[in-house]
Amino acid sequence: MAMSLWLAVLIPGAAAILLAFHRQHQAQINLWASALACIAALLAVLGPAHAGTVLMLDAINKPFLLTTGFITLTVALSCPYFLEPAGKGGAALFYPLFQAFSCTMQLALACSNIGILWVALEGATLATVLLVAFNRTPQAVEAAWKYFVLCGVGIAQALFGTVLVAFAAHQALDDPQQAMNWPALHAAASHLDPTVMGIAFVFCLVGYGTKAGLVPLHQWLPDAYSAAIAPLLAMLSGTLLNVALYALLRIKMLTDAALATSASHDIPNMLLLAFGLASTLLAALLLLRQRDIKRLFGYSSIEHMGIATFALGLGTPLATFAALLHLLCHGLGKAALFIIVGAVTRKAGSRSTERIRGLLHLDPRLGWAFMAAAAAMAGLPPFGLFVSELLILTSAAAHQPWLAASLALCMVIAFAALLRQVQPMVLGEAPAATTMQTKETIALWPSWLQLGLVVILGLLMPPPILHVLQNAAIRISIPLP
Amino acid sequence: MLPLQILLFALAAPLLNGWVDMLRARLQNRRGPSPLQPWRNLRRLFAKEPVVPHTASWLFRMAPYVMFAATLLASSALPMLTVQTPLASVTDVLVLTGFLTLARVALMIGSLDPGTAFGGLGASRELMLSALAEPTLLLGLFSLAMTAHSSNLAVLVGHLLDTGMMLRPSFLFTLLALLMVAGVENGRLPADNTTTHLELTMVHEAMVLEWSGRHLALVEWSGHMKLLFYGILLADLFAPWGLADHASPAMLALALLCLMGKLAALGVVLALTEALLPKMRLFRAPGMLNLAFLLAVLGLFSHVILEHNP
Amino acid sequence: MTSMPLAEQGVAFLAGLVLLTSFVLLSQTRLVPVIYACAIQGMCVALVALLRGIVDGRGELLVSALLTFALKGLCIPWMLDRQLDRLALHRSAEVLDHQGLVLFSGAALVVFSYWVVLPLAQMASSIHGSVIMVSLAVVLLGLLMMVVRHQAMAQVVGFMAMENGLFLAAVAATGGMPLVVELGIAFDVLLAMVLFGIFFLHIRENIDSMDVDRLSALTEESGVVEKQWP
Repeated sequence: MAMSLWLAVLIPGAAAILLAFHRQHQAQINLWASALACIAALLAVLGPAHAGTVLMLDAINKPFLLTTGFITLTVALSCPYFLEPAGKGGAALFYPLFQAFSCTMQLALACSNIGILWVALEGATLATVLLVAFNRTPQAVEAAWKYFVLCGVGIAQALFGTVLVAFAAHQALDDPQQAMNWPALHAAASHLDPTVMGIAFVFCLVGYGTKAGLVPLHQWLPDAYSAAIAPLLAMLSGTLLNVALYALLRIKMLTDAALATSASHDIPNMLLLAFGLASTLLAALLLLRQRDIKRLFGYSSIEHMGIATFALGLGTPLATFAALLHLLCHGLGKAALFIIVGAVTRKAGSRSTERIRGLLHLDPRLGWAFMAAAAAMAGLPPFGLFVSELLILTSAAAHQPWLAASLALCMVIAFAALLRQVQPMVLGEAPAATTMQTKETIALWPSWLQLGLVVILGLLMPPPILHVLQNAAIRISIPLP
Repeated sequence: MLPLQILLFALAAPLLNGWVDMLRARLQNRRGPSPLQPWRNLRRLFAKEPVVPHTASWLFRMAPYVMFAATLLASSALPMLTVQTPLASVTDVLVLTGFLTLARVALMIGSLDPGTAFGGLGASRELMLSALAEPTLLLGLFSLAMTAHSSNLAVLVGHLLDTGMMLRPSFLFTLLALLMVAGVENGRLPADNTTTHLELTMVHEAMVLEWSGRHLALVEWSGHMKLLFYGILLADLFAPWGLADHASPAMLALALLCLMGKLAALGVVLALTEALLPKMRLFRAPGMLNLAFLLAVLGLFSHVILEHNP
Repeated sequence: MTSMPLAEQGVAFLAGLVLLTSFVLLSQTRLVPVIYACAIQGMCVALVALLRGIVDGRGELLVSALLTFALKGLCIPWMLDRQLDRLALHRSAEVLDHQGLVLFSGAALVVFSYWVVLPLAQMASSIHGSVIMVSLAVVLLGLLMMVVRHQAMAQVVGFMAMENGLFLAAVAATGGMPLVVELGIAFDVLLAMVLFGIFFLHIRENIDSMDVDRLSALTEESGVVEKQWP
């Protein structure tokens, strides 16, 4: 189904261009484009694998494509609610960039060329940077500038790494035209020069790690999160972080194969373990100190990215499966959470964790939704994140007991901090009604849908999804020829 | 042969300075003195009776002679017209810079000896600058020496002549570094100014204030020779074409013509920079020398990185 | 070096020039010369690609060389220069702290990139392995420039220098990437420059200065900034 794969990339791109010039019915066009792109992605994933010169579909990018399409659709549903106060001018800027961002995400996942992957990820920064500065306040401009500069610098390192991969492939492949093509690289992975691939991996880790918000390259993330509007946050957390880790994962597969016979074969894994553990630890420690609700959940994203990176560093099929499940559940849950958080801040008229109180009293619907989403992020059963974290801990305990213990400690700290922060917001005493704007309503069903999926992933694990995740995990963790 | 070269060098030295002065005057829309003016100055100074401060010792009287002799010795070893000078076997770059340092030390001791304020001030400033300039000069010469695998200047220039025209990135860096060093060492703008006597800024001029008569003539003559020394050094290293490889009269005449052309061009460059650049604050000068040192280091790096084929 | 063909000498010389301009960027305090140095660097990088394209006989590389020359040598410097005009920054100079230290850490970065790329350079054919070293050094020096400069415009020039280094790396390591990728990267860079232009105006509007050190409202300690849309 190469056709539907193309459509999944081209529909958002075409919609972005259309929306840039067409100012009427933007919300509807946005929604329809997202829906069509999601359906196209679904059809593509249901079809057979495909390896073209530009786009490709294999076991690894299937789960990512599906999640990204679905999250984009559900976020698009709630966009109008958030853009109302911005007026026509704001919306005219928002919708084209939203679709452009969605296009770069799909392209990054579906492209078969490591250079285009880089171009798409850089394009994602460019598409979102104006949206981070959307509010035009000094803080928003500062956050956007940091985001722009740090991500730009980081991603430049990834391009250097990409060039080195192409260099190694040049030495190993007969046809230099194929030097940047994933399928060709996979086929020749074990012939790539180990030294070059080792250096390339480090550069890519720094570059894509910046995008994924791994400590100590995470500085842009909390700032950008505290300034950006809710639908953008849902997209950043739900898709961009995942795609950045996907890119890193691909490079790691090549590196693993190239280093298989050399003495330093476990260095990529060690690096991922170290970055993952550092991210989880720092984020867990900082969660308690946050006073801005969006910043709070920004650190929660860093924590979960750290856990997923840690699991990828373990490298066993089970841990890889758990990492993929974790990324999937986190993407869905975080997208739901940020939409709800956006509604909560509108309702309470504040973003301060000290001034949002008693949501259950104010608006029970919203309060329950917020509680459920926060519980999902804290890794409580029956949500999928509980299962994935448990799987990660057990597979870590089998190989690296000490690391497993430290990771468990970090998770407990993060859990306690989130509980401590969220509990008064939901259950505390509601302040006097003067500051509350109780008229607003938001359709919460897309968020409930996402959270419901996270529960289903945690309890039942439907066979088709299990199959897709299993295939991907096996492809990733079995060494390339 | 050797006496001839030394004589030629010593006689030609004031001319280069005169040439630069004339060009600079023209660039400033003045008629300026004739290029022979430094000669006339020297003749006049030699005719005058030297006055020695009563606080000065024999060091003060000896310093101009030592300085003159050391500079002349250094220049006698340079491959001026031909590579095969009689002193070719001892013209190591270390020896050359050693002679120049000796001249500088003599100048500084001589200027400190009478115990006047200006002498001490000039000497301390000169020391500050030369402490930074000399390592740069050596480092620059070393990175060139790595190309020829010898720090002997005659061998180095011979090697450059043999390999012919090549684009070497390390030479680019070293050229820039040596140009800066040469400017500072000769008290030229933007680090120093040979034409003012402001106590806030002067370096070289502050040191020579107490000398007079033939002593002053020798000090100034040494200054002219130092400028010519750097001119010939730069010409030898970065544009060695035209140097005679054996001492036939025709070849020597050609070499002399080439050298005069190169030095004239260098004089134009020097006059232009002096006309265009403003004087730098004295305490900014170390910054410039730092940059020169950095360029020399980069010259070394780029030799290792770009030209050294394993 | 003595046995090197002329084209390779040219490449080595241009690589040296690129490295030199990187240090000029690092040490120059006034913005107009900084932009010119950046333009010269872009041109040198494009010329390296041109030389290699001619030697290898690859049309693709010639196209991307011309594109780079137009974009990084002419178009983007022109855009930056116009920004300077608009923001009335033609005469502004910034005070650099610890300039000696910065320059010598730059030299240390050159040594570091030599150390990193040495095993690679021995694999590559001819001079191009050495050019990879230079390109990594240029990338890291651009990074250093972005770290030590406070002026938004100077940081953007540092960003451009990094892009130049990356292009040089691509040319040296693989003889240029596929044209699609080159076009994509060029498009990204151009777009980034347009966005940077918009940001200059925003920054100027918000803090009355182009000193990005003053963008410091967001820290772990700062409170919550209200008055925003959710």
